[in-house]
Amino acid sequence: MLLELYRVHQFVMKFFKEFLFPPYEGKEIIRQCYQVGYRSLLLISLTGFITGIVFTKQSRPSLAEFGATSWLPSLVGIALLRTLAPLLTALISAGKVGSSIGAELGSMKVTEQIDAMEVSATNPFKFLVISRVIATTVTIPILTFYTALVGLIGGFVNVMFNENTSFIAYIQSFLDSITFLDITASTIKSIVFGFTIGMVGCYQGYNSSRGTEGVGKAANSAVVIGMFLVFVEEIVATQITFFFKT
Amino acid sequence: MTAQKSLPEIVISIRGVKKSFGDYEVLKGADLDLYERENLVVLGRSGTGKSVLIKIISGLLTQDSGTVNVLGKDVSKLGPKELLALRLNVGFSFQNSALYDSMTVRKNLEFPLVRNRKHLTKGEINYAVETVLDAVGLSQTIHQMPSELSGGQRKRIGIARTLILQPQIMLYDEPTAGLDPITCIEINSLINEVQERFHTSSIIITHDLTCAKETGDRIAMLLDGQFQKIGTFDEVFASDDERIKPFYDYNFIV
Repeated sequence: MLLELYRVHQFVMKFFKEFLFPPYEGKEIIRQCYQVGYRSLLLISLTGFITGIVFTKQSRPSLAEFGATSWLPSLVGIALLRTLAPLLTALISAGKVGSSIGAELGSMKVTEQIDAMEVSATNPFKFLVISRVIATTVTIPILTFYTALVGLIGGFVNVMFNENTSFIAYIQSFLDSITFLDITASTIKSIVFGFTIGMVGCYQGYNSSRGTEGVGKAANSAVVIGMFLVFVEEIVATQITFFFKT
Repeated sequence: MTAQKSLPEIVISIRGVKKSFGDYEVLKGADLDLYERENLVVLGRSGTGKSVLIKIISGLLTQDSGTVNVLGKDVSKLGPKELLALRLNVGFSFQNSALYDSMTVRKNLEFPLVRNRKHLTKGEINYAVETVLDAVGLSQTIHQMPSELSGGQRKRIGIARTLILQPQIMLYDEPTAGLDPITCIEINSLINEVQERFHTSSIIITHDLTCAKETGDRIAMLLDGQFQKIGTFDEVFASDDERIKPFYDYNFIV
């Protein structure tokens, strides 16, 4: 356990050491950003939209008891922006992107492709790890705001049919209820989630043991550990946000 | 005044190299020299540390003790940048070819060149790719993916990718493993052609005696973690050593 923690520490330190010094693999970073976004977009769109509809529908009866259904846009918006969108995006990305990175790098390790890069005077860490971690760190926050937007549209569809509210009034109500801290917290949180998912996927793949079993194990560990860390970070982030609010 | 014939230069010098994995000591003090423009075949049974040795030479593994000098530089004492610079002169052809399976043949060949010869124009890169593909006789595969190639073709493309940086030294890890006899003969010829055309010095790891006889200027027998016999093919197999004789007896030589 301690040895593993030491290895993780070394890996993260190596990331920052390599990240700070050029050259950078610009084309590979852009390709990875596209891959990360493209791989998750459909699932995130569906999940975000359905979550918006379901959350609005489930919240209505409780608010109706107090005659406060007009607060629905605010409630849906805050819930989506503060927690649901970052968490949903991160969990879907951990499943889709984290596993994919773990399997891809694991497979490259097993078939000696990483060694081949090294002996051909190319820094494989820079090409494979730095580019992927930058891609997840940049793309997942963008996907998070996209999820929030799609979720809001889902919520609006439900509100429109039940409360006959216009889209402008719905958005206005949402904008009135959110603060700068909500947006900042959500952005920082999703950057941390993105970094974590990329690092976990890369670490598991890059250090996978030899053999096909190792590739499967790397992909699986990337998802399980990635999701676990996202939940832990969510708890920490919530505590920090409340600290700043009070 | 008589003209003195200069001795060939030593490009790789290995002295007392030991390497263990856990309790298992693979190399127990190996000594070996590779001379300029020589094809040296390292023969030995599976698990005797042949591949470990060339991974130590290329800096992929570090020995527990002993020294490995490549082109006058002690590999284990090089920093990351110096090691990268040295690797430009040391090509490594992997047993399973290790082609980047998400890239076409062209991208595989361009990969080391684009990163290490940044001053080259697109035209010069294309020319280099076409030259090495021509050298391995696979110009028609340029747009194919590695998964579309046969085992022999993959080996050839692997060698081409190594050659594109024009290394002084080539390390071949089991170049004929898993190939049919005809393809093995083609690969053996290719290794000899590479030496003639690109003036490389090579270490060829194998347990295929046909490959050893066809390609090796010298043979080095690695037994029990040390080089027990080094010489020409005939010298090595004229030995009475009971550990060497079975090697010859159980192999079919063309």
